[in-house]
Amino acid sequence: MSRTREIAVTVNGSVHCAAVEPRLLLADFLRHGLGLTGTHVGCEHGVCGACTVLLDGDSARSCLMFAVQADGRSVETVESLGRIGQMNALQESFHAHHALQCGFCTPGMLMTATDLLRKYPLATDAEIRAGLSGNLCRCTGYEHIVKAIRAVVADRAGDAK
Amino acid sequence: MKPPAFDYVVADSLDMAAAALAEAGDEAKIIAGGQSLVPMLNFRLLRPSVLVDINRITRLAFIEEAGETIRIGALTRHFQLETSALVARHLPVLSCAMTHVAHLAIRNRGTIGGSLSHADPAAELPMLALLLDATLDVVSAAVTRSIAARDFFVEAMTVDLGADEIVTEITLPKLPQHTGWGFEEVARRHGDFALAAAAATLTVSDGAITQARIALTGVGPTPLRASEAEALLVGEALGTGLTARVIAAVRGAIEPETDLHASSDYRRHLAGVLAGRAVSAAWRRANEGGA
Repeated sequence: MSRTREIAVTVNGSVHCAAVEPRLLLADFLRHGLGLTGTHVGCEHGVCGACTVLLDGDSARSCLMFAVQADGRSVETVESLGRIGQMNALQESFHAHHALQCGFCTPGMLMTATDLLRKYPLATDAEIRAGLSGNLCRCTGYEHIVKAIRAVVADRAGDAK
Repeated sequence: MKPPAFDYVVADSLDMAAAALAEAGDEAKIIAGGQSLVPMLNFRLLRPSVLVDINRITRLAFIEEAGETIRIGALTRHFQLETSALVARHLPVLSCAMTHVAHLAIRNRGTIGGSLSHADPAAELPMLALLLDATLDVVSAAVTRSIAARDFFVEAMTVDLGADEIVTEITLPKLPQHTGWGFEEVARRHGDFALAAAAATLTVSDGAITQARIALTGVGPTPLRASEAEALLVGEALGTGLTARVIAAVRGAIEPETDLHASSDYRRHLAGVLAGRAVSAAWRRANEGGA
């Protein structure tokens, strides 16, 4: 075992200090260290997208980063988006459009969509689908997820007018 | 699926990174974006004793114009390349290629230096470095040197880079005047590694091609330039007959592997089709005014 490092990571707005082994994946730190089990771990090699979080505002695979690399940085997980009874617009849209069945991929879908909505116009369904291509869902066939994101894009365009 | 134990060094400067690598001998790996390295660690395909993290050497992340070239720091993330106005203006073929590189969460982290050093045989950036006659700057504690992309890619996932060396910067000549470009890729799903991909640039003067570059990926252990096909184009105007000969020359120059995703014959066929499309698009753009 290599020696542990002291880290201070801001997670969902609160600073968490911990001693971690360098090899501890950020995903495992969030789940086992902080009990934030909203971040799901699927493939552990960057293919499925279930563990996607935001690192300093940009989406990142938490299975492809070490917790020690998040020292001094800000991480947002799905828990930051809302709570039952207080969901954000994207979560409400997923709910309204039946964009989840088993829910395993949902945290990654939500965090990916959050970043996509900030960075791309998402003017077409093809663009939304391309944006979701790094997130696997085995239940929905993606149709309802695309619809849910489309609705958020449309609402946003309506608000801007 | 958990990585083996390793020691971890955060390098705040290039000197510190080079010193850490020199001290560790062959046992160290550099971690930048980690988007290829961490899966290999999780699978325990690699067991480095030390990881040298260069993510905090922020001066390695830049995209700059320098005379007739664009200089790109090795730590520049794929998303920065994808959205750079300088790249879009002077190297539009690279902007286009970036939209095919993996997925947003990976483009946010992955770096150009990492992608070139990792040298996956089906990756886009090594092909683009070869197409665009890139030069890589490399440093170690002992020496500083430059190496041309055409000499850098040695074998699948093997490049001319010592265990103690770090890629610091990539220099790409801007596309010349009256140059058109094309980029074509087929992958199993958007953002996956290419089954095959082709990129081309054509510089045209008085209706004839003065410089032709065609690069391919996914069809051999390293990306490659289709030099015979390029030679066919110089001095000519592109027409149906010439395109067919270019396609035949591309297919004749490669010996792709068969794997789970595609047979060798299919990849050879595909590479020809994609090269034909890329060259046609380059010809069209060059005659529309080009970059």
